[in-house]
Amino acid sequence: MSSLVATLRCVVMRDLTLAMRRRADVLATLFFFVIVVSLFPLGVGPEMATLRIIGPGVVWVAALLASMLALERMFAADYGDGTLEQMLITPQPLAVLVLGKALAHWLVSGLPLVLMAPLLGIQYGLPAQGLWILMLSLLLGTPVLSLVGAIGAALTLGVRGGGVLVSLLVLPLTIPVLIFGAGAVDASLSGLGAQAHLSLLGAFLLGALILAPWATSAALRISME
Amino acid sequence: MSSTKINWFKYSSPQAFYPLAGKMIPWFVVATVLFTVPGLYFSFFVAPPDYQQGEAYRIMFIHVPAAWMSMFIYMVMAAYAGMGLVFNSRLSSMMASALAPTGAMFTFLALWTGALWGKPMWGAWWVWDARLTSELILLFLYIGFISLQAAIDEPRRAARASAILALVGVVNIPIIYFSVKWWNTLHQGASITVNKAPTMAASMFTAMLLMTFAFWMYTIVVALLRVRCEILERERHTDWVMSNEFAGRSPETRNELG
Amino acid sequence: MANTAVLDVSNLECVRGDRRLFAGISFSVKPGELLHVQGPNGSGKTSLLRMICGLVLPVQGDIFWGGESIRGLREDYFKEMTYLGHLSGIKEDLTALENLDILSRLAGGDATEDAVVAALGQMGLAGREDLPAKVLSQGQKRRVALARLVLCRTRLWILDEPFTALDVAAIAVVQALLSQHLHNGGMIILTTHQDLGVLSEVSPAGAVQRLQLNS
Repeated sequence: MSSLVATLRCVVMRDLTLAMRRRADVLATLFFFVIVVSLFPLGVGPEMATLRIIGPGVVWVAALLASMLALERMFAADYGDGTLEQMLITPQPLAVLVLGKALAHWLVSGLPLVLMAPLLGIQYGLPAQGLWILMLSLLLGTPVLSLVGAIGAALTLGVRGGGVLVSLLVLPLTIPVLIFGAGAVDASLSGLGAQAHLSLLGAFLLGALILAPWATSAALRISME
Repeated sequence: MSSTKINWFKYSSPQAFYPLAGKMIPWFVVATVLFTVPGLYFSFFVAPPDYQQGEAYRIMFIHVPAAWMSMFIYMVMAAYAGMGLVFNSRLSSMMASALAPTGAMFTFLALWTGALWGKPMWGAWWVWDARLTSELILLFLYIGFISLQAAIDEPRRAARASAILALVGVVNIPIIYFSVKWWNTLHQGASITVNKAPTMAASMFTAMLLMTFAFWMYTIVVALLRVRCEILERERHTDWVMSNEFAGRSPETRNELG
Repeated sequence: MANTAVLDVSNLECVRGDRRLFAGISFSVKPGELLHVQGPNGSGKTSLLRMICGLVLPVQGDIFWGGESIRGLREDYFKEMTYLGHLSGIKEDLTALENLDILSRLAGGDATEDAVVAALGQMGLAGREDLPAKVLSQGQKRRVALARLVLCRTRLWILDEPFTALDVAAIAVVQALLSQHLHNGGMIILTTHQDLGVLSEVSPAGAVQRLQLNS
C-alpha cells in the first residue's frame, strides 16, 4: 500500500515539477477559460437579467472546453520522449500511475479554473450564494473531466488530428457533469437547494475515480503497441 | 442428432465466415422484403388515422423502430467490440465496425423523422425533448466511434481502441439518459414532452412490429455485406484471400490490390 | 528459485500493418547469457524487444518467465526486467539527477540521492547532475538513461541499441556494466549495429547467442 502511495506521489510531483517549468502552458489554459467566458456577454448583450440566467452554463461550458484544450498534453509529451513506455513496464499497477497523472493534470488545469470561477461569476451578476455553489460544483466536476478525458487522451495518442478527435470522443461523455454542474447553481438560485446535484456530482466523481484509471490503462496499452 | 452437430466455433474465423456470410445475405434480403412490404402496407393503409394527430403520425412507424434500432445496435456493437477485446477474436471486432455506420444511420433517421413529426405536432423542427436529446448524444457517440476507427491506421489498434470507447459509452449511456431526462423535467416550462398515444390499436402495433423486424433484417444484410469487405481488407495479406479472390487475375493486379 | 528464472520465447509472430515481420521465433535465455538480436533495418528487432517487454502483444506464440506467461505475471515480471528503448525516456525539462531519480523510483528502486549521484558519476556525468537535460548532448542524455543500469537490481536487461551515440570511454563503461551483470547471473537481450568486438569484450566466455532476423 505504502509503495502505491509513494508511486502516486512520485508521479504527481514529477508532473507538477514539469508543469512549473512550463508555466506558459498552464496560464494559456486559464486565459482561454477567462476569454471564452468574457466573450459571451459581447455576443448575447449586456442585460444582467439574461446574463444571470446563462452565467452558470457559460462558465461550465467554458471549463469543459478549457479542460479539453489541456487534455492533449496529458500523455503526448511522455509518449514522445519514451517516458510513457517506461511507465507501462513499471512494477506498480499502471492504473495508479494514470491516477497520478490525472490528479496532476487536474491540479494544473482544473483547480485554477475553480479558483477563477467566482470572479467570472461576478461578471454575470451571480449572487454570493450562487458563486459558492458554482465553485463547489466545479470542484467536484472538473476532476471528472480530467479522469474521463484521460481515457480519450490515451485512445488518441499519436493519432493524426488527435486534438480535435479527443474533444469529439470526450465531450459527449461529459454531458451529465455539465447538466448537474450548471444545474446545481440554477437549483440553488431558484431556492430548490443544490444538495441533490452536488451529491450526484460526487457520485460521478467516485465512479470516475474507480473506472477511468482502469479504462485509461487499457487504452494506453493498446495505443503503445 | 450427433451426426448433424455443427462446430459453430469454426465460423468465428474470418476465413470460414466469409463464404458463410455470402450464403446468408440472399436469405436476409428476402426476409427484409417480406417484412418491409406488409410493414409499409399496414403503416399506410391498415392502421387507422390517429384521433388527435391525423395522418401525420404515420411517420412514427419509421421513427420509433429507427430509434429502437439505434439503441439496440449500439448495445450489440459494444458487445461485439468487448468480445473482440477480451477474446482477441478478429471477427467480433470486424462485426463491431460493420455495425457502426448502420447504427449511426438509424440514429440520424430517428432524429430526421423526429423533426418531421415535430413540425406539425409542436410547430417546431426541434425541441429539447429528453428522448430527442439523448438520441442526438447517441449520434455523437457513434460519430466518435467511427472517427476514432478511421483515424488509426493500424487495424488491430483501431479495433481495440474503439472497443474501449464503445464500452465506456455503454457504461455512460444510462447515466446520460437519466441526466438528460432529469434536466428536461427541471426545465419543464421550456419544452414539451413527446407523448405517444396511450393506447395503441392492434393494427398500429402490428405495423410497428413489422417495421422493426424489417429494419432488423436490413441491418443484418448491410452488416454482413460490410463485414465481408472488412474481412477482405484486413486479411488481404493472407494466402486464402489471395488464392480465393484473386485467382485467375494477373500477378500485376494482385500486387496492386495486395 | 534462481534456476526457474529463465526467459523462454516460443513461436513468436509479429505483424505490423500488412507486413509479417517475423514468425516462428523461439529461443531461451538462461542466467549469465547474452542474446544478440541481429538483422537489417525494418526486420522487427525493436518489435521483438518490445514484445519481450510485454509492450506489444504477439499475434502468435507466447513469452514465459520462469515457466509462466508474462501476460499473467504482469507486474511481477516487470519487477525483474529493465528495458531501455531507442527513446531514452529522458524529460528535457528535468535535470539529469531528477530524471534518473524518477526513473529508478518508478521502476521500484529505492536509491538514495547519493547513490543516484554516484551512478551519474560512474557514467562520466559528474558535475552535470543539476543541468536540465535539454542542454545535454545526445550522448550525454543516453548516458543518463544508461545510468539506470547501475541502480537497478533486475535480472533481465533488454537493451535497444545501447551503444548508439556513445563515445569510446562511455562504451567501455557500458561494456563493464554488462559484463558485470552477466557475471552476477543476469540475462541480457540486446541489439546493436556496432561491430561484434564490442560484445566479445562483454562476454569473453563466449556465452553469446545470436538471433538473426531477416527482412
